[in-house]
Amino acid sequence: MGAITLKESYPVEAGDFSTAGEASGKIKRVLKKLGIDSAIVRRVAVAAYEVELNLVIHSMGGHMDLIVEPDYLQLNVHDRGPGIPDVDLAMREGYSTASDDVRTMGFGAGMGLPNMRRNANDFSIRSTVGVGTDIEMGFKL
Amino acid sequence: MTAQRILELLDGRLLLGELPEEEIHSACGSDMMSDVLAFPKERMVLLTGLTNAHVMRTCEMLDVLLVVFVRGKIPGPDVLAEAEKRDIVVMATPYTLYEACGRLYSNGLPSGVSTQEGRCGEWVQSH
Repeated sequence: MGAITLKESYPVEAGDFSTAGEASGKIKRVLKKLGIDSAIVRRVAVAAYEVELNLVIHSMGGHMDLIVEPDYLQLNVHDRGPGIPDVDLAMREGYSTASDDVRTMGFGAGMGLPNMRRNANDFSIRSTVGVGTDIEMGFKL
Repeated sequence: MTAQRILELLDGRLLLGELPEEEIHSACGSDMMSDVLAFPKERMVLLTGLTNAHVMRTCEMLDVLLVVFVRGKIPGPDVLAEAEKRDIVVMATPYTLYEACGRLYSNGLPSGVSTQEGRCGEWVQSH
């Protein structure tokens, strides 16, 4: 771990589809400005967008923290519940509890969590029902 | 394939922006943005029948160069405004998603999926 280049926090409101993606868009622009390789920026942006959508669709709100170090980038996400009863099931491609409304908007295919894991170099998830979910993603720069 | 060639093959109508000069290397056709996000590709055109603002937000994350709305669908001004904010070029075609993808594929534009012969790998069981 090196010196921190940048640390920012982005709040995400529950159920607010009209702004879903704005935090991820900001993160992408910040990383581009820092001159990070475009392929890595895209991987972070996709993972950030997936997790932001999850917060909007499934959570009671939360925040995304971006920490950039010279050779490593962390995206740490915390929400205020409701928590995931079976994390292993939620990590399976194709598993989704999203509503039909969400599906008509083009999401809810059950690809979000697996896609985050696929894009990040390091991925961990902890969830407690009634408390909330923490997702930590790490990207080598 | 150039964006100009795509416009010709799809009898397209340019709705926003100027056709990019850089070569387009891959294409994706889907109404499911979750699936589009799962298979990012370089220098991509997205063909879709979904006309909401999330299409543009998804395209921003993936650096999509060009969006083609199929089946004669013209998105609303709010969606075009989202595209404009992100410098995304937008086109419409009268063809269906299937036909439009077929025209591009048969003229040499690959899917860009890196796994063997465009296959996506594991089977995915819905729950």
